[in-house]
Amino acid sequence: MRVIAETSDDVDRWFVDLYDQHRGPVFSAALRLCARWADAEDLTAETFVRAYRAAGDYAPERRAQVRPRAWLMTILWNLWRNRARTAARRPPPAPLTEGIDVADPGQDVAGTAERNETGERLAALLEQLSDAQREAVVLRYVADLSVSEVAAILGVPEGTAKSHVSRGLKKLRELTQGGVR
Amino acid sequence: MSDGPLLEQLAKLVTDAPDDLIDRIAARWVTVDGPIGELFVAYTDHGIAYVRPAADDVREEFRRRFGRPLLRAARPPAGLASALRTGRTSGIEFDLRELTDFQAEVLRATQAIPRGEVRPYSWIARRVNRPRAVRAVGTALATNPVPLLIPCHRVVRSDGSVGEYIFGTELKRHLLHAEDTNLDEAHSLARRGIFYVASDTTGIVCYPTCRHARRIAPSHRKGFRTVVQAETAGYRPCRHCQPAPAAAT
Repeated sequence: MRVIAETSDDVDRWFVDLYDQHRGPVFSAALRLCARWADAEDLTAETFVRAYRAAGDYAPERRAQVRPRAWLMTILWNLWRNRARTAARRPPPAPLTEGIDVADPGQDVAGTAERNETGERLAALLEQLSDAQREAVVLRYVADLSVSEVAAILGVPEGTAKSHVSRGLKKLRELTQGGVR
Repeated sequence: MSDGPLLEQLAKLVTDAPDDLIDRIAARWVTVDGPIGELFVAYTDHGIAYVRPAADDVREEFRRRFGRPLLRAARPPAGLASALRTGRTSGIEFDLRELTDFQAEVLRATQAIPRGEVRPYSWIARRVNRPRAVRAVGTALATNPVPLLIPCHRVVRSDGSVGEYIFGTELKRHLLHAEDTNLDEAHSLARRGIFYVASDTTGIVCYPTCRHARRIAPSHRKGFRTVVQAETAGYRPCRHCQPAPAAAT
């Protein structure tokens, strides 16, 4: 937050910091919501463009006060919801495969392989949760938001968000124990 | 049972965004030398988006108009310098996404005007299938985001005068002279009521700045006020400069 306060006089520098700090979690949350690499790229790009446009209208003091992660996830969430509504009558997307194979060149090969192996399995299990549970788990643990932030984004009481998260985790635990692990 | 290992695994689902994703969000900018001094050029992954004289407020104007962050580019995009020098832009891509369909069509039609030639506003209007929208064509060109590269300076008034330009009439005249356009000849013909030039050897009628019109020997030149008059006299419109078949109605 301090970094942003220092640079908020220049919206472009502010944006670069915002992007560098949050691109991973925003993209990852998008990937778990859309389950398609190309859609996640679209959604992430659109989220940051919207964030930039919104921030351009804010005074520097207001930009400095934004809680960036929750704010970005709110934008992402609204875009995702609007798309999901539009796409509701289209067939469901094919399960994610190609994206997981794209190795991050910054990682060592063994580490990446191991991570992708667990990641792929877990990501597939995530898709078996109900929408509400998956969305709550992704926002809470992939986007790393607090329960109250998750509740605010989902537009539900905190208790409800909490129960979506814990039921989602319980289901995931059952699924991981059910033969996969 | 503890959720610890599960939460760790969930946290590991965080992957970095692809490196090139920023190019779908932000635009890059450079300054380059151009025919009217130092230019500010901004471009995206779709192509060149904005060309203006380098000035203090140009980045602010870009933000207002495009709503994208601007990052400084290490070097100009390929082909930009030579396109500005030669006026030939065949390899250059443009990002016209922020424009209305009409304005984008007007600009694409304008791209077809070769260096050294000019066309009237009505020619563009006809090319975009809106023959009556001559004034709207002028407005669309007046806010051309990529002047010089999409040569709106090559669109002039039917009466032979150069007309308005985004950077002023004087610069328009200067650019056209620098491109070796026979502007003065076209203007003096227009003052005599001649808007089309035909060759009695080829039987073809052109705009006076058409490269084919300029090759006609003086003894074989015929001037016409309208294309219809030329056609009545047995000439056919040039396929290169496509002079308007004046109101067929």
